[in-house]
Amino acid sequence: MNNLPSKDVGALENLLLSGAALSIIGLLIVLPLGVVLKEAFAGGLKLWLESVGDPDARSAIKLTLAVTAVVVPLNVVFGVAAAWALSKFRFKGRSLLLSLVDLPFAVSPVIAGLIFILLFGRHGWMGTWLTDHHIRIVFAVPGIILATLFVTFPFVARELIPLMTEQGSEEEQAALSLGATGWQTFLKVTLPNIKWGLLYGIILCNARAMGEFGAVSVVSGHIRGETNTLPLQVEVLYNEYSFTASFACASLLAGLAIVTLILKTFVELKSGRDAA
Amino acid sequence: MNNISSTVRTVSIAVLTASSLWAADVTDILNVSYDPPREFYKDYNQAFNHWYEREHGGKSIKVKQSHGGSGKQARAVIDGLEADVLTLALAYDIDEVAAKAGLLGQDWQKKLPHNSAPYTSTIVFLVRKGNPKQIKSWDDLVKPGVEVITPNPKTSGGARWNHLAAWGYVLDRELGGDLAKLNNPAFAAQAADAQAKAKVFIADLYKHVPVLDSGARGATTTFVQRGIGDVLLAWENEAFLAVNELGKDKLDIVVPPISILAEPTVAVVDKVVDKRGSREVAEAYLEHLYSAEGQKLAAKNYYRPRAPEQADPADIARFPTLKLITIDEVFGGWQKAQKAHFADGGLFDQIYLPGK
Repeated sequence: MNNLPSKDVGALENLLLSGAALSIIGLLIVLPLGVVLKEAFAGGLKLWLESVGDPDARSAIKLTLAVTAVVVPLNVVFGVAAAWALSKFRFKGRSLLLSLVDLPFAVSPVIAGLIFILLFGRHGWMGTWLTDHHIRIVFAVPGIILATLFVTFPFVARELIPLMTEQGSEEEQAALSLGATGWQTFLKVTLPNIKWGLLYGIILCNARAMGEFGAVSVVSGHIRGETNTLPLQVEVLYNEYSFTASFACASLLAGLAIVTLILKTFVELKSGRDAA
Repeated sequence: MNNISSTVRTVSIAVLTASSLWAADVTDILNVSYDPPREFYKDYNQAFNHWYEREHGGKSIKVKQSHGGSGKQARAVIDGLEADVLTLALAYDIDEVAAKAGLLGQDWQKKLPHNSAPYTSTIVFLVRKGNPKQIKSWDDLVKPGVEVITPNPKTSGGARWNHLAAWGYVLDRELGGDLAKLNNPAFAAQAADAQAKAKVFIADLYKHVPVLDSGARGATTTFVQRGIGDVLLAWENEAFLAVNELGKDKLDIVVPPISILAEPTVAVVDKVVDKRGSREVAEAYLEHLYSAEGQKLAAKNYYRPRAPEQADPADIARFPTLKLITIDEVFGGWQKAQKAHFADGGLFDQIYLPGK
């Protein structure tokens, strides 16, 4: 259909568009990432190792890993359950539930943190009861876990809902009519169908859980060596004029981002091939 | 696999310790502090631990630190952050913890010497090397083309001292250096006129402020790292630290002829230490600030010690002498100052118009 001149314009537009996209990515993503790595190793590998091996930094790394180890499995269970309910069944209040799943995306992380202060703080709804029973939630590890759980909740569910809706429930119904139990149906039919989407959701959830700053900052209390996660530690070090140490910790988070990206690409390739 | 099980163990331990912290025989206390004294308390905690070990047959105490804007930290303690001791920027923030959460008695400030302020500081100017805008005193801050950096007095303790120091300067100027006139009915008209002049001056001053950071350290970073502004109103200790950490070749300290005596105060949080059984350690921790060792470390970290004779003379020599007004003589104490200047609808709200 196209005549020659318009084709040329198309090529030019393509060139301009992809050039613009590439320079935006370069400016906003690749360049800052490079700066982080450059600054982190500005003092040499030895200083980097010292910064990362500092007791407060190590405790921040441990806390971040521990929080992620709790949050990601819980969100896998919640996410799969929510996606299952929302995509395979039609029921009253379904669209309301669908919106609720998205709520953490819509709410600013700072507000998410404040919600937990209002609930579990000394003057919160449950504050008196918790104080009487010597249970600490906010300004302690449980609060950090709750805040991270809230913020990362949609990642798995959001990834699975479109996938499971598209797949429909015929295969499950077939399995059930052939005498499989509900659990067998889930393990042998549903799970293999969603495994790549699920993995993709887990990777995103994991990355956000390790990187969350706002909500965690509100509920953390900033106790060094105890309730400072890795992102908070980066800020602490930066404010103490320890720029190299700060960037060293930041480089760990950047490293995680790169690993996430590689895993994500791998999963996308793999799922594409499986589908084909 | 090993990693996962060890992180799971860490979490269960963290959850368990979180719920069993009230157990007796404390080995740690939490010091909730404001922004600038990070470096001081790092030094002091180590010294305190050595001292405590010597005094108590080798029993060691780990002091955990939390730092942030003074008002924000007070808020966190009110909301449930379990501080054994508070070391905040000003008495009002500890008053708030006493009033809003009832965690310590209203008379807390009488429990330790010198208004419970073991060290003091003042407000000075930090300028670019060579002082290109020739800023020497408060009047120079409102000269055309001068940009001033100061944090938000709603959240920052340092910013409130900055605001009151500038205000006090105008009163002093208008009353010919005799601040006693403020409380003398015979000079009521002159005092009222001075207050009106001060309000105009501060309103003008805030017009020269391009950004209000939430804490003192944030304002320092804005001025030094981001290169915004011609002069930073800063704690004396913060100014010294910035010059040392970030380059003697980039910044100069200017000490105005008159400023305010800033008294960062400390207190034991009664309800928390009684619950945890940490009263003895917490009290020793604060009292040791007044010892020769505590005073020496304060001076080393650029705080003016209450007992200068205990500190290193070389450290003391770094502090220039200047006229220091006090919050009690000029503003009638923190409660009154807070209400008049920083409460909702107070003088700051009347004066500060963002973007003007």
